[in-house]
Amino acid sequence: MTTRAFQKIYTRIDNITKATVTLRASGVGNDELATVGGKLAQVVKIMGENVTLQVFAGTEGIATDSEVMFHGEPPKLKVSDNLAGRFFNAYGEPLEGGEAVEGEAREIGGPTVNPFKRIQPSELIATGIAGIDLNNTIVSGQKIPFFADPDQPYNAVMANVALRAKADKIILGGMGLTNDDFLYFKSVFENAGALDRIVSFVNTTENPPVERLLVPDMALTAAEYFAVDKGEKVLVLLTDMTLYADALAIVSNRMDQIPSKDSMPGSLYSDLAKIYEKAVQLPNGGSITIIAVTTLSGGDITHAIPDNTGYITEGQLFLRNDSDTGKVIVDPFRSLSRLKQLVIGKKTREDHPQVMNACVRLYADAANAKTKLENGFDLSDYDERTLKFAHDYSEKLLAIDVNIDITAMLDTAWALFAEYFSPEEVAIKEELIKKYWKA
Amino acid sequence: MKTTGRVNGIISNIVIVKADGPVGQNEICYVYAGDTKMMAEVIKVMGDAAYVQVFDSTRGLKIGDRVEFEGHMLEATLAPGLLSRNYDGLQNDLEKMDGLFIARGSMTEPVDFGAEWEFAPLAKEGDKVSAASWLGEVKEQWLTHKIMVPFTMTDTYTVKSVAAAGRYKITDTMAVVVDAEGREHNISMVQKWPVKQAVRCYTEKPRPSRVMETGVRAIDTFNPMAEGGTGFIPGPFGAGKTVLQHAISKQADADVIIMVACGERANEVVEIFKEFPELVDPRTGHKLMERTIIICNTSNMPVAAREASVYTGMTIGEYYRAMGLKVLVMADSTSRWAQALREMSNRLEELPGQDAFPMDLSAIISNFYSRAGLVKLSNGATGSVTFLGTVSPAGGNLKEPVTESTKKAARCFYALSQGRADSKRYPAIDPLESYSKYLEYPEISQYLDEHIGKGWVDMVYAGKTIVQRGKEANDQINILGDDGVPIEYHERFWKSELIDFVILQQDAFDDIDANCPVERQKMMYEMVLGICRRDFRFTDFEECSQFFKGLINLFRQMNYSEWQSEKFHGYKQQIEQYVLAKTE
Repeated sequence: MTTRAFQKIYTRIDNITKATVTLRASGVGNDELATVGGKLAQVVKIMGENVTLQVFAGTEGIATDSEVMFHGEPPKLKVSDNLAGRFFNAYGEPLEGGEAVEGEAREIGGPTVNPFKRIQPSELIATGIAGIDLNNTIVSGQKIPFFADPDQPYNAVMANVALRAKADKIILGGMGLTNDDFLYFKSVFENAGALDRIVSFVNTTENPPVERLLVPDMALTAAEYFAVDKGEKVLVLLTDMTLYADALAIVSNRMDQIPSKDSMPGSLYSDLAKIYEKAVQLPNGGSITIIAVTTLSGGDITHAIPDNTGYITEGQLFLRNDSDTGKVIVDPFRSLSRLKQLVIGKKTREDHPQVMNACVRLYADAANAKTKLENGFDLSDYDERTLKFAHDYSEKLLAIDVNIDITAMLDTAWALFAEYFSPEEVAIKEELIKKYWKA
Repeated sequence: MKTTGRVNGIISNIVIVKADGPVGQNEICYVYAGDTKMMAEVIKVMGDAAYVQVFDSTRGLKIGDRVEFEGHMLEATLAPGLLSRNYDGLQNDLEKMDGLFIARGSMTEPVDFGAEWEFAPLAKEGDKVSAASWLGEVKEQWLTHKIMVPFTMTDTYTVKSVAAAGRYKITDTMAVVVDAEGREHNISMVQKWPVKQAVRCYTEKPRPSRVMETGVRAIDTFNPMAEGGTGFIPGPFGAGKTVLQHAISKQADADVIIMVACGERANEVVEIFKEFPELVDPRTGHKLMERTIIICNTSNMPVAAREASVYTGMTIGEYYRAMGLKVLVMADSTSRWAQALREMSNRLEELPGQDAFPMDLSAIISNFYSRAGLVKLSNGATGSVTFLGTVSPAGGNLKEPVTESTKKAARCFYALSQGRADSKRYPAIDPLESYSKYLEYPEISQYLDEHIGKGWVDMVYAGKTIVQRGKEANDQINILGDDGVPIEYHERFWKSELIDFVILQQDAFDDIDANCPVERQKMMYEMVLGICRRDFRFTDFEECSQFFKGLINLFRQMNYSEWQSEKFHGYKQQIEQYVLAKTE
């Protein structure tokens, strides 16, 4: 934090709450940064001469006579190519020492891309995971979260996706990441020799929660630099957005705002949308794709955080432990990629949409058969075959440890069809059956 | 003299302004942050403190910054040249904005003031006219755009002169009218109207008496929408709200379509931007975009402008209605609009109602829906605004304030069910939960008798009963097992499946099936219902399900075949023989 000459220093704070301080000051701009007793803070409310600041690191230890200095500008990030390969904290300061990055200082949380200037996303992002590529294909410029329970290996899946995605830059925004997970990401990227493509902004559980509020904006400002200025394909990983929303709730609570559903602030939808809508396909070929994690409590998607997220993002990916195969799979029923229609069968082989639907339909039949079995009814021959199919489908395609290309996925599916069903039962367009059926 | 003021408080996008003169509720003002000029609206006045909500980011705004009040409310500019445009919530033309990003305080003209239009007079000297009377017309795309007495002119006037046929700019004087006191008023092609007030320039607002065709079987056949009616589509995320709305906007039998993308995803709007200029309206042979106006406030655009966007859309709809046109206004999603109201109410520290929504939410919603309707104009012509909104209920739970308030206001209810969406039965309109109150209108019933077939409404109810009974039978089968119920139960269930697969389900991504004209719907429905009314004698349940599975497959092929084509009739014949073989 640079201080300027002749800067006015205030030394009288009137009110202190756990997250905010209020003092009398003049000439202060809304959203402006300040330093309060050595801690970074941001203006959140001005009433006449009373200025309320949100102190990111919490107000512990701040006294009524602590020094307050206003910076005269909102939070900024210095952007340049030198961001690549570096790890930063929520304020954009290098972690573990190292030189600060020089470059143009840009306000974070900047303006919106004019919707009319956007390009329709049309480029497939291959991840090698069939539960994604085959059933819920991701497209560049898309925003999609993993809805996962805290015990599921979402960070590992995300790291895999990031490395296989062939992005020019990967930007990691870690919010409330455990130190172990942070080190995991770091070592995975390092081992893959991808460090020079990675930029990380990390707030770990050791840091104060309110600091997290800066992380997505920092990550996306860096992303916009690479996508807009450099025309690069940027993949942004945000984990865990639930902890981000929790931090929003803390601040709104301290500011005496009336909570809406699930104690979340009434503006939760807009707050989340501001982040996710930064995902964009640009006319210059650059793009920002956002893959996020929203942890659920007990799989409850009606909670305000996943619910609002679902209305903003273009689909969601569910992870589930499959008891039949003992593997973690991408749930084909509840997962959805809204943009897949733009690429499947167009950028992939012609049989992709039909094969995908047939697989899911047969898997649904297997689920019905299973219910029948549980209720003590007899199974028909068809039921038995769907169950066998479901097991193989889960193991060979849905499991997250699968890593094959899309054509191989389609071929695998056709092989499974031929193994367990007749062409009529699979009910795919005749021309495709003729061409691809593995007799 | 304009009232001015100084910023005296800032809480997010609510700014408290100390005003030096009179200030009106909902008055528009401009807040100056440095040299950036941002629009704002007064939402509360306490003494000399005006609470204004800024339609932009208030970052960097300071105490003491200058504010200028405009003396009028938020207005829409109404003139030829609105069609095919892409506006933000405040009617700025997005296409005309420079740069990739929308810079703060960007404003652009809603219409082209330089363009010339071929004018033909309709009124003549000595005519008595009042607000919304037609003075002349221009061709806007392929529609006849009436030039009217501005809605704000509330007296009766005598026409003194009307411009001769020829090319004019919208700001030229097209007519001069004289009021009772002998004062002259110049009338141009452009007028303004405060968006939050309903345009009431009509003589009568009768009950809707015609059906608006949408090409979606689950709507037209089962729960028809009336022209000038209101409806809403609630559904959890992923249930296909947007796909359904897009389908309706492409196929609806309307002259003008206004799509308000209210707080939704930008990529969905991009899809419209990209598709509509290429798609052709089958009724007129013109490009869809030519009859469409898009108002777009995506979820990351300023919240306050989101609230304005639905009103801007409705006002433009009322403007075209006054020309005697059929207008369809769609808003996706009204829940985001309600959330904008909630954010505002929250910042004003109003005591909250249920789920922290403002107490008057229900009144605001029903007030808005009431602006739709069929109207009789002073010259005897009719025009209509049909309104269809989507609702995004939190957690898919329909017992939340926005859904409940909307249910009171709207006459059609198209409930999208998660269960149907999960089993890929699209459109996921639940046949039992959904309703159209218009089926109960004698006027509509008579219209259907005349335009589709005698006794149509009874047939619709008969179909609904079959679906209801099928569901009950299915519940029994699930409890008692396939063998535990009489064979009739299976037949009942499969008859309801037949209606479901052939009539209710429709492939929005198939070129032919996506749009099903009413004539075709009639034929398909009569065929299906005819089969449902037959008694079959099956020996066991497997035979029953095999029979119906085969039948459904044939019907689906028919749905995918071009209307009245050889293929279509081939399948029809096959079905007849297939059924005959079973009943003999």
